[in-house]
Amino acid sequence: MTTVVSGGRKQSAAEAELSRRSQSPAQRLQHLLHANPAISPALILVVTVIVFSIINPRFFTANAQSTLVQQSAIVMALAIGQTLIILTAGIDLSVGAITILAMMVMATVASKNGVPGPLALLIGVALGTAAGYLNGLLVTRLNLPPFIVTLGTLSIFTGLALLYSGGASVNADQMPPVLNWAGNSFKIGGFTITTGVIIVLVMYAVVGFALSQTAWGRHIYAVGDDAESARLSGIASKRVLLSVYTVAGLIFGIAAWCQIGRASVASPNGIVDANLNSITAVVIGGTSLFGGRGGVLGTLLGALIVQAFQTGLSLAGVDPNYRLIAVGILVIVAVSVDQWIRKVKS
Amino acid sequence: MSTVQEADTSGVQDTAGGRTPVLQGKGMVKTFGRVIGLDGVDLEVYPGEVLAIIGDNGAGKSTLIKCLSGAYALDAGQISLDGHPVTFKKPQEARDAGIETVYQTLAIIPALDIASNLYLAREERRPGPLGSVLRMLDKKGMRDRASSAVQGLGIQTIQNMGQTVETLSGGQRQAVAVARAAAFGSKVVILDEPTAALGVKEGNAVLDMIKRLRDKGLPVILISHNMPHVWEVADRIHIQRLARRAAVITPQSHTMNDGVAIMTGAMTVEGNDATKEAV
Ligand SMILES: Nc1ncnc2c1ncn2[C@@H]1O[C@H](COP(=O)(O)OP(=O)(O)OP(=O)(O)O)[C@@H](O)[C@H]1O
Ligand SMILES: [Mg+2]
Repeated sequence: MTTVVSGGRKQSAAEAELSRRSQSPAQRLQHLLHANPAISPALILVVTVIVFSIINPRFFTANAQSTLVQQSAIVMALAIGQTLIILTAGIDLSVGAITILAMMVMATVASKNGVPGPLALLIGVALGTAAGYLNGLLVTRLNLPPFIVTLGTLSIFTGLALLYSGGASVNADQMPPVLNWAGNSFKIGGFTITTGVIIVLVMYAVVGFALSQTAWGRHIYAVGDDAESARLSGIASKRVLLSVYTVAGLIFGIAAWCQIGRASVASPNGIVDANLNSITAVVIGGTSLFGGRGGVLGTLLGALIVQAFQTGLSLAGVDPNYRLIAVGILVIVAVSVDQWIRKVKS
Repeated sequence: MSTVQEADTSGVQDTAGGRTPVLQGKGMVKTFGRVIGLDGVDLEVYPGEVLAIIGDNGAGKSTLIKCLSGAYALDAGQISLDGHPVTFKKPQEARDAGIETVYQTLAIIPALDIASNLYLAREERRPGPLGSVLRMLDKKGMRDRASSAVQGLGIQTIQNMGQTVETLSGGQRQAVAVARAAAFGSKVVILDEPTAALGVKEGNAVLDMIKRLRDKGLPVILISHNMPHVWEVADRIHIQRLARRAAVITPQSHTMNDGVAIMTGAMTVEGNDATKEAV
């Protein structure tokens, strides 16, 4: 047990040593990062932007920055759902597949079956939600590891999307305007912002609020940190898990809508690597793969960092294959830093 | 309040001096595959008493209280609360009924702060639409009340309720778990080795807290390997041995050495109900 150092009492040698040691810069940094997991991605993003702007000043133009944000919007959206799931110590490999399925269905029912736009949108989003709910059911009822469940549903949802669409894309002009709404853009200063980006940012605000300000958010952290203790403390762990996978499905459904607006086409072959990119954004954003630690602010920064690397290296004239390698190194560094931060002891 | 109750009168199953047990288990059986955790165990706790449970490692003490707290489902047997049969399918149901438990593993969440742990699964929302519509938590209110609960335990080393539990020492963590049970228990408080990691001073603070709960009329079930502690606070002592109840004694009727002898099987208690099967 520690003893409290009361006001007037003289410090013992050990206490002096302890207080000296806790002053060590590395340890203070470790504590700071532990308490505020979004700090390290924020620093990385700032450094990334500065470095790439020095290498190629075109990187720092409003134009390049607007494109960067638009390009990362879909991964940003998917990474919100992925964050929720990873916070529960799970993982979702089916995020891209759910999104493609929801996207193909909303586009096809509108273009082929003449379903009105808003209803088609609703059907697609509902389908994404149902797909997430199915993942949740398999994880909670069959007690299967999320990795295995979503590896399976990744194939299932991809297969369904291809079967349903016949492998064909649906172009923007075949769809009602509401399905393309997320592609509309407007200017603020020199920046071009799309409605899709706004939708994604609103989702961040809502989920960020839920995580930090509501009991549901706390229960997600508790279940992810220690599921059995959470259960013994009276949390319905399985219900929390089921709700997380379902909400994630809802987010993927909305992301499908954003993707149509962004690409001006619904293609069953798009965003195939979205599942891995979303995990990359979450991990670089400082959310722990072991669950219970992190949040969506870090993920937002993480998604921007990945895209900044891609854009910056491309503007610097680096071969795309080297860009891939760079992002890979970034992931490994991010996870090592996470491990180090987790070693914090009293 | 001292309820000295003779060991051999506990043969009366439902009442002692006409009182109904607050919490009672009859013929409780719990198996894990081929391992027998509980083999037809009876237990009763009366209002305002401290019932200690002692027994060797693996005797089934933790299994016993986990069945009472809804963490495990019984294979056979019946639990009653105030004389009414109850079935707790999950820990939440026992908690809702007023049974608070400090588990041997503590069941607190390292990543969350102290106040969040105290209010876990019973969070309080802000008044007005912020709470009812936006479901916002009353963080400040919970922190303040958590602070008085922890201070009430006499633990001065914990100052900041916003500190995450993982930064606390083992003993401080135990204190947080005990404070949570003490603050919210309204029928029975169950403590599974609450002083195991505590220093002398902190251990005594927990004993004082147990006495305070008892004086409020709240019964306490205390599992401990610390015989002096048990003989100091217990009104009755349930001795668990090889998944069964070997005896119920009192600090007055038996010495610590007797207790240990019964625990290890070196001594058997004749006429104690524990050897009879529950009806
Ligand atoms: N979840 C479980 N799965 C399998 N066996 C279990 C489980 N929980 C308890 N047991 C077994 O039941 C028996 C009783 O264990 P229990 O934890 O109740 O003992 P205890 O009296 O609390 O011991 P200790 O003093 O070490 O805490 C042991 O043989 C143990 O191995
Ligand atoms: Mg035990």
